[in-house]
Amino acid sequence: MRFDTSPAPHVIAGYTVPRVMFQVLFALVPAGIAHVALFGPGLLLQLSVASVTALLAEAAALRWRGRDAAPALRDGSVLVTAFLLAFSIPPLLPWWLGALGTALAVLLGKHVFGGLGQNPFNPAMVGYAILLVSFPAEMTRWPMPLDVDGTHTWPELARMSFAGFYGADLTARWDGYTGATALDAIRNGLGMRYTLPELLGRGDIAGTFGARGFAWINLAALAGGLYLMTRRIVRWHIPLAVLGGLLVPSFIAHGLDSGIALGPTMQAFSGATMLSAFFIATDPVSAATSDRGRLWYGAGIGLIAWIIRTWGGYPDGFAFAVLLMNLAVPFIDRYTVPRIYGRRP
Amino acid sequence: MNPVAIGIALLVAVALAMALGVALGWAASRIEPDADSLVERIDALLPQTQCGQCLYPGCRPYAAAIASGEADIDRCPPGGDSTLRALAALLDRAPRPLDPAFGAPKPAQVAWIVEERCIGCALCLPACPVDAIVGASRQMHTVIAAQCTGCELCLPPCPVDCIELRAAPATSLRHHQPRAA
Amino acid sequence: MAARPTFPAGLALDAHKQQACGTPIIELSLPPQVTLALDQGSGYSAEPVVTVGDSVAMGTLVARADHPFASALHSPLAGNVVAIESREAAVEGGRNVCIVIENDGSGRIDDRVRPVATALSLSPEELVHRLRDAGIAGLGGAGFPTATKLNSARASGAQTLVLNGAECEPWICCDDAVMRSAADDVVRGALLLQRAAGAGRCLIAIEDDKPAAIAAVAGAIERQRDAAQRDDALTLAVISAVYPQGAERQLITAVAGIEVPSGSLPAAAGVICQNVATAVAVARWAAYGEPILSRVVTVTGSGVEHPCNVRAPIGTPLSALIAAAGGYRSTPLRLIAGGSMTGRALPSDDVGLTKAMNCVLVATPDDVGSRLGAVEMPCIRCGDCANVCPAGLLPQQLHRAALADAHDAMHELGMRDCIDCGLCDYVCPSQIPLAARFRDARRRLNAAEATAQKAAHARERHELRTRRLQEAATAEQQAFESVRNRARQPDDDPAGGNR
Repeated sequence: MRFDTSPAPHVIAGYTVPRVMFQVLFALVPAGIAHVALFGPGLLLQLSVASVTALLAEAAALRWRGRDAAPALRDGSVLVTAFLLAFSIPPLLPWWLGALGTALAVLLGKHVFGGLGQNPFNPAMVGYAILLVSFPAEMTRWPMPLDVDGTHTWPELARMSFAGFYGADLTARWDGYTGATALDAIRNGLGMRYTLPELLGRGDIAGTFGARGFAWINLAALAGGLYLMTRRIVRWHIPLAVLGGLLVPSFIAHGLDSGIALGPTMQAFSGATMLSAFFIATDPVSAATSDRGRLWYGAGIGLIAWIIRTWGGYPDGFAFAVLLMNLAVPFIDRYTVPRIYGRRP
Repeated sequence: MNPVAIGIALLVAVALAMALGVALGWAASRIEPDADSLVERIDALLPQTQCGQCLYPGCRPYAAAIASGEADIDRCPPGGDSTLRALAALLDRAPRPLDPAFGAPKPAQVAWIVEERCIGCALCLPACPVDAIVGASRQMHTVIAAQCTGCELCLPPCPVDCIELRAAPATSLRHHQPRAA
Repeated sequence: MAARPTFPAGLALDAHKQQACGTPIIELSLPPQVTLALDQGSGYSAEPVVTVGDSVAMGTLVARADHPFASALHSPLAGNVVAIESREAAVEGGRNVCIVIENDGSGRIDDRVRPVATALSLSPEELVHRLRDAGIAGLGGAGFPTATKLNSARASGAQTLVLNGAECEPWICCDDAVMRSAADDVVRGALLLQRAAGAGRCLIAIEDDKPAAIAAVAGAIERQRDAAQRDDALTLAVISAVYPQGAERQLITAVAGIEVPSGSLPAAAGVICQNVATAVAVARWAAYGEPILSRVVTVTGSGVEHPCNVRAPIGTPLSALIAAAGGYRSTPLRLIAGGSMTGRALPSDDVGLTKAMNCVLVATPDDVGSRLGAVEMPCIRCGDCANVCPAGLLPQQLHRAALADAHDAMHELGMRDCIDCGLCDYVCPSQIPLAARFRDARRRLNAAEATAQKAAHARERHELRTRRLQEAATAEQQAFESVRNRARQPDDDPAGGNR
């Protein structure tokens, strides 16, 4: 009897790229629910725009590059980029800004470098950074979260979200309902020489354990991240290092002067901390290669984010922190090659 | 938005760029790669066939010619494409195809003396650049296949054309096969 | 669960071993014809010492091992040599010269096959010499001549013999069956190998998923304790069932705590490894004078009716083995010599059993469909490959270097240290065929090194020749000048005058 032959190994484990990507999307659901509950349905609008734009941009890019678009669209990686970008931008953003950001993320952040697996930068953060620098006003206008008492109701938030989505001028009618994020407000307040206890006691910035609104999103993102860790999609090195890089300096600074330095709990549960630690920084393509390298990489991200939050001009530093550490990855990789069995280190 | 300030800033930036550019160019012209070591490094990439198809008497003279700029890198058929690309990478030049004027690449070959025709004249012995032919006057000559580089320099001196070229035995990397009985 | 010793990284795989291990070993009767490949798995062929038409008996030498990496071949049956020709074989390249012997039904045994009564009192050198003549080779899958390994162990002063009963690869369970049914032979063989290697102690390593084998071997050790030179000379080491626990270097790290330096053999680190089946073969040789004529092989997979372990003569066509396992079931997709991770897919079941073949895996789409349906995608740098690599390599970077054919980078990243276990390939979510790429890259590295060595050799000879010609020219010049000088000034030469 005759047989065909093929090289060993003759079995594979069956993990696939689409499975990994869709597990990540699944893990974002808790954070999505928290987001919609506290900031209105804007996130859903942004997710739709981002997803559609991402798929179209990817298909177009592959067509231009002369490649087959179907397998790439099926692998779900561009959807992860779209989702992460949608989570990072304000839910009130006009639809064309969301589309622009996503298109830039996919084209300039991914395909210009050669597509899946070749990008040195995190594509979602590339899109976010371009938007933030080009449209600072729109990118820093968030609705007041629902867990701040006495502002507005969820239906009103919904109306506001739709208005913003279709590009209405939000200052005209909704001025009292929108504003800076908690971190932004803290930064402005500290600039005006208020002390932290004063700011945190105001009631519209901080809640029981973190920033208003964002505390719950961070908690949900933490839950999703831990789920990914149990499924071995994400390993502990980057998240732990990012949190360590952010929380250790903040613990020290808070200990030295709690009047102007945020404590670790506030830092951990505000802004995009947990989302960055578990979902954004863990993008394998742009992260460092070895485990030891990933620890340095994550620590660098956390530290730079803390520096930007404390002294920088932007309220939340994670996007730039991630992009800066992406630049450092080849250097980190060169000096953190794991020890080969049988060779002295 | 002071136009004077902008103008000064622009001027300073341009002047700085020009000064640094001039400095870099001067430095590049002063720091030459060590000529001897360059010849060594080029020679290390050449296949050592010593065939002379590049019109130099051996690989080392050709390496020296490349280093001094006298010859281009596309003259070595036994080295083939891989040597060309390695040389291009070493010398930071664009890779180019082999110049067909200097010959075409051939598969690995060794010289073989057809013993029925050999007259023992010993004219082929001095021709071999690696001393791979053994023999003496009026004794049978033979080529040591393991030492032969396939350079073909022994073919012209032979007065009876008894040397032919055969495919070199495949370098057995692991598998050793005897001939069937 | 108590943590058993193991090496870093690796992965616990689905074993698929229960199917074949449930039944006792089937003793296959002598087939009508055997096809003996001259290369029995080590990569080096023996030289035939018979010709077509010769009559041979069981145990007659039919091929001599001239090369230290080849092993001697003996006829497993009595009959006539009908052919010595190139046939399909389970070797790299797919074909090998094979000696085909037809059974004449007489069952004659060669006169030279006689029990070796005083095996334990032979000197180590003599013992190794006799083992070489008996064609004893590693039955764990590599087919490496045991005598050569023992000699290198003695030369390096190796003090530890590790008997490899790990059998970590999925589907294979012949060693398990051998340990359970012939534990006393395992221990007797271990003592002989220990003597031949000059090793002070011996560790028998068995994975913890084989409790019956562990019990059997422990019992045999107890029974034979008086034959050992020291009380702790022969010990049992139970290790974690992690793939590739049975890989030589990883096994040595697990049981002896020693790391074999990169680029050198375990003997240099003071350890020698032998498979338990090899030990049994050595014991049978001592008891009956029997050279390697047969081996136990697992016939398994979803493509056979009744998976089992079979003791079959070397050279038995695989079709006979499959018939012994109840024949084919459903449509088999692959015939694999070895396990699912490192086995070689064969083109035909006419191929003869070799010393190195420890398993015949008849695989259906259920068994191997995942690999065959895989579509390669770009590397997403997830790092799963590096997490499982037992050699501490970065397969991700090795892959990029292999695609770029960057030889220096591959050397630095440790391409030569790769043990070809296939785990990186197995876990890759982008389903990149890493193992095949790396095998190809290693071949290209070897070819480039061979070319570079030849070039260096040619350069040296050319330089020697140039110097020789220069010296000859200088000597000629000097001789000429001295003659010319003497011709010009004869009066100044006191001893001169007419010559």
